[in-house]
Amino acid sequence: MSLIDIRGLTVQFTTDAGPVEAVHGVDFSLEPGEILGLVGESGSGKTVTAFSILRLIRPPGRIVTGSIVFEGQDLVILPESAVRAIRGAKIALVPQSPRTALNPVITIGRQIARLFELHAGMAPSAAWCRGIEALEAVGIPDASRRMRQYAHQLSGGTCQRVMIAMALASAPRLLIADEPTTGLDVSIAARILDLLRDLGQRTDAAIILITHDLGVVAETCHRVAVMHAGQLVETGALDVMLRKPAHPYTQALIRSIPRIDRDIALEPIPGSVPSLLRASPGCRYAGRCPHPMAICTNVKPTLSAIGSDHSVACHAVEAQRANVA
Amino acid sequence: MRTLLEVEDLAKHFRVGGLAAITERLRGIPTEVRAVDGISFRIAAGETLGLVGESGCGKSTVARCLLRLVEPTAGAIRLEGIKVTELGRRALRHLRRDMQMVFQDPTAALNPRHSVKRMIEEPLRLHTELLPAQRRERVHGVLAAVGLGAELADRYPHELSGGQKQRVNIARAIVSHPRFVVLDEPTSALDVSLRSRLILLLEALRDSLGLTYLFISHDIASVRYLAHRVAVMYLGVIVEIAETKVLFSNPLHPYTRALLSAVPIPEPGMRRQRISLSGEVPSLTNLSPGCRLRARCPFATAKCAEPVQLREITPGHWAACHLIDTRGANLTTPT
Amino acid sequence: MTEAAASPVSPAVHSRGAEAWRILRRNPVTLAAITIIVVVSVAAALASLIAPFDPNATDPAVALSPPSPHNWLGTDLYGRDQLSRLMYAARLDLLIPFAATLSALAIGALVGALAGYAGRWVDQIIMRAVESVLAFPALVLAMGLTAALGNSIGNIVLTLAITQIPIYIRLIRGEMLRVREMEYAEAARAVGNPAWRIVLVHLLPNCIPPLIVQATLAMGFALLTMAALSFLGLGIRPPDSEWGEMTAEGVGYMVTDEWWLFVFPGLMIMISVLAFNLVGDGLRDFLDPRMRGVRS
Repeated sequence: MSLIDIRGLTVQFTTDAGPVEAVHGVDFSLEPGEILGLVGESGSGKTVTAFSILRLIRPPGRIVTGSIVFEGQDLVILPESAVRAIRGAKIALVPQSPRTALNPVITIGRQIARLFELHAGMAPSAAWCRGIEALEAVGIPDASRRMRQYAHQLSGGTCQRVMIAMALASAPRLLIADEPTTGLDVSIAARILDLLRDLGQRTDAAIILITHDLGVVAETCHRVAVMHAGQLVETGALDVMLRKPAHPYTQALIRSIPRIDRDIALEPIPGSVPSLLRASPGCRYAGRCPHPMAICTNVKPTLSAIGSDHSVACHAVEAQRANVA
Repeated sequence: MRTLLEVEDLAKHFRVGGLAAITERLRGIPTEVRAVDGISFRIAAGETLGLVGESGCGKSTVARCLLRLVEPTAGAIRLEGIKVTELGRRALRHLRRDMQMVFQDPTAALNPRHSVKRMIEEPLRLHTELLPAQRRERVHGVLAAVGLGAELADRYPHELSGGQKQRVNIARAIVSHPRFVVLDEPTSALDVSLRSRLILLLEALRDSLGLTYLFISHDIASVRYLAHRVAVMYLGVIVEIAETKVLFSNPLHPYTRALLSAVPIPEPGMRRQRISLSGEVPSLTNLSPGCRLRARCPFATAKCAEPVQLREITPGHWAACHLIDTRGANLTTPT
Repeated sequence: MTEAAASPVSPAVHSRGAEAWRILRRNPVTLAAITIIVVVSVAAALASLIAPFDPNATDPAVALSPPSPHNWLGTDLYGRDQLSRLMYAARLDLLIPFAATLSALAIGALVGALAGYAGRWVDQIIMRAVESVLAFPALVLAMGLTAALGNSIGNIVLTLAITQIPIYIRLIRGEMLRVREMEYAEAARAVGNPAWRIVLVHLLPNCIPPLIVQATLAMGFALLTMAALSFLGLGIRPPDSEWGEMTAEGVGYMVTDEWWLFVFPGLMIMISVLAFNLVGDGLRDFLDPRMRGVRS
């Protein structure tokens, strides 16, 4: 059984201008020890999806339909008290902007020790020692001195490691890392990715890595899921997603990224992310697609398997397969 | 090609303030932050020089020194022969017509209370004698050049998306037809899918307006695309400078090699040999003589304690490292 | 490759009038406050047309009479109609605090901007001066100044302005310190603006919002100070009437039963000060370009 299995997740936000479907019909699953890269532009719904898993969607947003089955329980229908036992404990989040996620007026030692007191029921002194161990486990040198420092005294990379340490405090089964390398220097980012990869191998925790950087995905992830305007357009194993993507959006994404290993003709993705207000009833990529068909503007494509670990939501791809078959 | 910009021994030292610093100075402990410590380079007209390096290397300080937004401590900057570093206040203001900058954070760089039109028009009001109608025409022209519709002229920054804001920044920088533009991390605050669009825009503008760029970025792949030559900075000095192709295919300095090996490539299974630098970036106040990378370099030897200069290893390819011989041999074994 | 406006939430900017109406609709409190101010101002302005009586006309026959169909708010010892007196007094009670606040704002903003932007010794000197003035309780300061300068209308405006200026200097200086570090300040320099233009055109407009709320509060406080001065006999000279002075007169009648002589003027002061305080938020929102097109 998968560690987590999401089916048909749809999240809606009510605004003055009308309902906005930030996430529509997302399906994916994760096995223990797997690292999934959740890729997409700003506004694609990746963070909303992650927050839904943690049941952190608050009004004016709400989960409209769908199920998120984690270790046998559907998180969508679980009562808040049960979710709280899972949040931070079994499923942990490493948020964007680590420095702002840390409390600026409390030492990081107290922040991390508090987590051990809360989740493991430890006494403060024992929790402090565990905190030091946790910082060392994420590669922070001179950990006992760092425990007494404040967030502003730490570099960006160190803050990120602290957040990861805090997320790991309760030995979660699922770790969600939201843009963990954005804003970090390349070499620091590389080390953070090493850390995450290592974690996946050591602890058997699954990781959802939210990013817009395909290079990051290539270095760390086993599988990739690509989102566009709230919809999941393609999922698959890393190899096939980066070498032979089927969905036009994934293909466009790859062509729009400059590389240091070869010269490519940069092709920006045409158009812009469509407004989610009064979203099209059909495929939300139709407006930007190079070869839309008539059916694309009216009917939403469903995610269907085209390979052993490769699913695409695209009418054109399905039509081609039907022709070939 | 004629040289447009010439920088010679540029240095910027910041004095640390506060009581602790004063007592340290009395005890003879150095308290200057040497953000930029003697760099020299040239940019030819129409060329794009890329400047890469990680946080704290001094590249943003270099940008600000070039425009004298921050006063250099030492060194000379010449724009087509005019000594920028020696200009008086008024002359400097007039020179701003020719040297412009695109700032990193598109939101912070735009005045929240000014409309797009007003901001783009301002350089024209300050530096030209154009009539309002002519100014309006120029503004519309430059908006079109950066790919924004004329209807956005009356908008305010908060009504624009990140990509649009950055284009407004670019429009403001080019409206006075400058010769030289410093691009300070122009894509860092943008979504990765918008970056390529902006890079292509910068390329198109460069070609159509004949602009010369200093392209500062930590997005090394973008620099590879846009720049003709690249300089790598570390702790306030340039450690390597070469033509783009040469730098990426044959990096010589250990820092450059470490940097390039850390850039993720969107190709599965490309686990390259990573050259890691040990430790963290040291503080800029207590720099020992000799190579600044010494404490972290996997190839360091005793010779590295001696001061090191940029040497031309092969024509056009300069590096500041004791361990590269004049034939440009690459180091392969870490000590 | 032209991009149309990307924001999905806000359509193109409405007219300022429509915008103002939307802010008012969102803030019923602000709407009430503005209504009160408008009503009182109109009554004051049109006093000569709509006041039932000449405020200084005495009528011994109806002296000290309570509110009646003849004199809606009663009369005083000399038979002067209170309603008319209140309406005429409103002119002074609105104009003087307004003039004082406006001039204090202008001077305080400029000096504060100078202190904040120039920094170093200019800042030090100005701030020490500000602190010395602020060491005096406002009312004591006002009393001292009136005693020294005299109590003509102009001098009262000056006195009230002086009590407010240091506050604005401090506020603007604080905002200026924050705003001059912003990247758009640097961009303004990079574009070639001289320092005075950077301060006046780019930075100062961004420092004003906190000042708006403070100014409306201060206007209320100025009114109270003026009333207090009059109460103490240091304010407006008769025969000009003013709410504070009328309250002072009326207080003498607290022991006897002529309640209408102090309640109504006191009520006017209270309502006006309250209205000034409450209008501040709405006004600040109206002046902020970021609030345009924002839905509640």
